[in-house]
Amino acid sequence: MSAVVEASQGTAPEPSPEDAPVTAAKRWRTPIILGVVALVSLIVFGLGSKAGETTSFSISRASDFFTVDTFTLPTRTTAIVASLLALALAAYSAWAVSQSRKTGWWLPVVFGIAVMFALLAWAGGGRGATDIQITGLLTGAVVLSVPLVFGSLSGVVCERSGIINIAIEGQLLAGAFLAAVVGSATGNPYIGLIAAPVAGALVGMLLALFTVKYWVNQIVVGVVLNVLVIGVTSFLFGTLLRDNANLNQNLGMADLPIPLLSKIPIIGPVLFDHNLLVYLMYAAVGVLSVMLFKSRWGLRVRAVGEHPTAADTVGIKVNRTRVRNTILGGALAGLGGAFFTVASGLAFGKEMTAGTGFIALAAMILGRWRPSGALAASVMFGFAIALKDQLGIIGSPIPSQLLAMLPYIVTIFAVAGLVGHARPPAAEGIPYKK
Amino acid sequence: MKLELRGVTKRFGDFTANDAIDLVVEPGTVHALLGENGAGKSTLMNVLFGLYDADEGEILVDGKPAGFKGPGDAMAAGIGMVHQHFMLVHPFTVAENVMLGHEEVRGPAKMLDLAGARKRVNEISDRFGFHIDPDAVVEDLSVGAQQRVEIIKALSQRAEILILDEPTAVLTPQETDELLAIVKQLRDSGTAVVLITHKLREVQAVADTITVIRRGKVVGTAEPTASQEELASLMVGRDVSMTVDKPEAKPGEVMLDVKSLTVLDELGNPQLRGVSFDVRAGEILAIAGVQGNGQTELTEAILGVVPTTAGSVTLDGVTLTGKKIKHTLMSGIGFVPEDRTEDGLVAGFSIANNLILDVYDQAPYSKGGVLKPSVVRSEAEKHVEQFDVRTTGVDALASSLSGGNQQKVVLARELSRPLKLLIASQPTRGLDVGSIEFVHKRIVQERDNGAAVIIVSSELDEVVALADRIAVMYHGKIVDIVPPDTDRDTLGLMMAGAHEEDAA
Repeated sequence: MSAVVEASQGTAPEPSPEDAPVTAAKRWRTPIILGVVALVSLIVFGLGSKAGETTSFSISRASDFFTVDTFTLPTRTTAIVASLLALALAAYSAWAVSQSRKTGWWLPVVFGIAVMFALLAWAGGGRGATDIQITGLLTGAVVLSVPLVFGSLSGVVCERSGIINIAIEGQLLAGAFLAAVVGSATGNPYIGLIAAPVAGALVGMLLALFTVKYWVNQIVVGVVLNVLVIGVTSFLFGTLLRDNANLNQNLGMADLPIPLLSKIPIIGPVLFDHNLLVYLMYAAVGVLSVMLFKSRWGLRVRAVGEHPTAADTVGIKVNRTRVRNTILGGALAGLGGAFFTVASGLAFGKEMTAGTGFIALAAMILGRWRPSGALAASVMFGFAIALKDQLGIIGSPIPSQLLAMLPYIVTIFAVAGLVGHARPPAAEGIPYKK
Repeated sequence: MKLELRGVTKRFGDFTANDAIDLVVEPGTVHALLGENGAGKSTLMNVLFGLYDADEGEILVDGKPAGFKGPGDAMAAGIGMVHQHFMLVHPFTVAENVMLGHEEVRGPAKMLDLAGARKRVNEISDRFGFHIDPDAVVEDLSVGAQQRVEIIKALSQRAEILILDEPTAVLTPQETDELLAIVKQLRDSGTAVVLITHKLREVQAVADTITVIRRGKVVGTAEPTASQEELASLMVGRDVSMTVDKPEAKPGEVMLDVKSLTVLDELGNPQLRGVSFDVRAGEILAIAGVQGNGQTELTEAILGVVPTTAGSVTLDGVTLTGKKIKHTLMSGIGFVPEDRTEDGLVAGFSIANNLILDVYDQAPYSKGGVLKPSVVRSEAEKHVEQFDVRTTGVDALASSLSGGNQQKVVLARELSRPLKLLIASQPTRGLDVGSIEFVHKRIVQERDNGAAVIIVSSELDEVVALADRIAVMYHGKIVDIVPPDTDRDTLGLMMAGAHEEDAA
C-alpha cells in the first residue's frame, strides 16, 4: 500500500440520513380509475336517466321456499344514489392511499356492485313490465364462467410448472368438438363429457412435446396449436359432420338440482341447480386449491415452476413434471370445452369458442396463478357476458355491437387496472436444459 | 465416511474441464479445493454430486465404487452440497425448502407434514445456533441466513460430506467468520467438509488439507501453514504480487459532487436513501459493501440509467441530473457495469461493433447516418492491441471471449473517450489473476491521468488495494468514508451497518 490520503478531503455524508425525506411512491392508479368510473356512472346513468321513470327488479322464482315480490324503484334516484356510493368509495380509496393504508378486497367488489346497480337501473328504466332478472343474471354469470374457470385452471396447472399455455383456446375447441362427436355417436352426452378431456390432453401433449423436448418458444407453439385446432375442427366440420348429421346433434345434460339447497332464494338457483359440469367445476377448483398448496405434488410443481435447478438438485424430475402438468392442464381445458356443446345442448359450430380461451388466460393472470383467484376472475368475466345478454333481452339503450364488447372491455380494465405487480412463476417460459 | 476420486475426467467438447483428478476426503476433516475461477473446481464438484457424468474415472465411497446417476443418488449416499448460487425456491418458506424432494406426508391424501418439517429445521438450527425461523419466507432472509438454510437442507438429509462451493463470495467479513466457525463445528461433529474457494485467507483459517487445481489438473497439495504467497503462486502458476503498485494520489479539485441522491425501486421502496459524497480529480473512491446495499443503484443513478426522486449529481460544475444518458456519457463519464455480459457488451455483436456502441453515430465511425466499416475495424484493431485482448480477430463475437478479455473490451471502449470520471463496478469479478493485474493497472493509470474514479467492489481485498478513500454502503446509505488503512474488522462491521466509532 503506497498511497496515503487524508480522510478529511471529502465531505462527510449527511449527518443523519434517517431524516432524509424518503417516502414510498403513492399508488394513485386505483383511486383515479375508480373515481373516473364513478363519475361516468353518475353522469350517464344517474343524470342521463329521465326523472319519473321506474325500474323493476325481480329476484325470486316460484319454486323457492319463499318468494320475494318484484320491487320497483325510481330509476333516476336509484342510479344517482348508487353512483354517489361508488364516488364515496373512490374517495375513501384516495384517502387510504394518502394515508398509505391498504384497502381490503371488499372495496372493488362493493364498488363494482354499486356501478352495476346504477347501470341496471338506467338500462331498465321506463320499460314497464320488463323486469331486471337479478337471479337470472347471477345464474348466467356462474354458467357462463364454466369454460373460463376450466380454461384458467388449465393455465394455472401448466404455468405453475413453468409452461406457458397459450393453447387454452385450442384445447377448449378440441374438447367441444370431440364431446359433440362422441356424445352424438353414442347418443349419450355423458360419454361425450368423458371424451372432451381426452381431446384437450392431446393438444396438451403436443404442447409438451414441442416445448419440453424441442425447446420451441412456448408462446409460438401455443399460438400455432390454436390455429391448428381451428383448422382441423373447421375442416372436419365442413366435411365429416356435414355429411353425417347424426355425428353432430343437439344433446343436452339435465340439470341436477341439489335437494334443499336449490330451494334457497337467489343462492339456490344461482349455485345449486345446474348440470354435472358446473358441479365438476366446483370440485376442480376445490381440489386444485388444496392440492397445489398443501400436497407433495403441489410443492414439487411449484418448485419446478419457480426454480427448476433447485428442484433437480433434490431429485425432482423437472421435465417429467412439466409434461404431466401440461397434459393435465390440457385435459382440464378440454373438459371445459364440453360446455360449448353437450353441456349447453348445442351442436358443434365452427370456431364456437370465439376467444374464450384468451379471456381464461386473462382470468388466470388476474387470479394471480391461484385456482381460487382464477374462479373469482372467471365469474367476473362470466358476469360481464351475462350482463351483455340481459341488456340485450330488455332492449337497452346501448347498441348491441357496443354491448358485445363489454366482456373484453372488462378484461382490459381488469388486467390493466387491478393486476398491479402480480408475480408469475419465476421459471415460466424457460425450457429446462441440463 | 471416506470419499475418493480416481482419475476423474470431464470434457465439454474439445475443452477438458477436469483432467484425471485424484482426491481423497477423510471423515472429520476440512479439505480445501483451491483454484482460480475457471480452474474446474465447480465442474469437479458437480461431477461428484451427480449433476454431470464423468467421462472417465470413478468415485469411491468408503472404498466401494458409487455410480451416481443424479443428485438424488449422491444425497442418498450422504453427500450434501451448498451451491454457489443457492438452490432455494424464493417464495417458499424455510421448512418447505428443507422438505422439498424428501417430503413427509400424512393421511390418505398425502398432505404435507409441515409440522414435522418445522421440527426438523428447529432441531438442526438449535444444534448449531443458526437462529432460523422455519416459517420465514426465504426471499426475506439475508444471504447469510439463506446459506444456513442450505446447510440445514443438506444436514437434514444426514449428509456426512458437505461440499461448500465458493461459500463466502456473497458474505460480509463477519458472516464469513461465522461460516468458518460453523465449518469447524461440523468437522468436530464428524462431518467431512469440502471447501471450494479461491480465497487464501479462508483456506488458511480452516483447512486441514489443501488441494490446488489449475486448468483442470491437480497441481499440488499444501499444508495449511503455507504462506499466502506460496498458495497464490501454486494456484496461478507463477509468482504473483499480492499488492497493487500505485503511486501516491495527487487529488485535485472536486470533480464529482453527489448530493442527497435518492432512488426508489419499482415498488416504491427506497434503494438509495439520500446519499452524498464527492470525488476529486486524481483520486479513487472505492465503495465497499455487501452486494445489494444500493451500490448498483448509486452507479446507475449517477449515469442516469435509473430515475432519481431527489438529489443532484454535478460533474465538474455541470449538473447531470435529469440529462439524457447520451449527454452524460459524452460529458466525460466512463462506465464499466457490474454485469459485463448483460450490460457491458452485446454478446452477439463483433468486438469491433462492441467497441463503438457509444460513438457509432459520430465521426470518424459514420457519416450521414451510414457506418464506415473499414474505419470501425481499423480503430478496433488498435484498441485490441493496446488492451491486449486475446482474440482471433476484431470480427470475433464478444460471446466467444473469456471473461477477462470481455472486460478488456469494455474497458477499451470506456477509456477511449477523454474521461473526467470513471465508474467501474466489480471490475475484476470472475477474472484470472493476470487480467486482474491488467485491469487494476489501467484503473490507476486513469486516476493518474487526472480522472476521478469510483470503484464498486464486494471484494474487500480489491477495495483496500485500490482505494484512496473507502466509502462503506449499507442499506442504501453511506455509513462513513474512511481512509484505506482502516483495519478489515472495522470495515467489516461498517458493512453490517455500524459506524466507524462504534466499529473501532
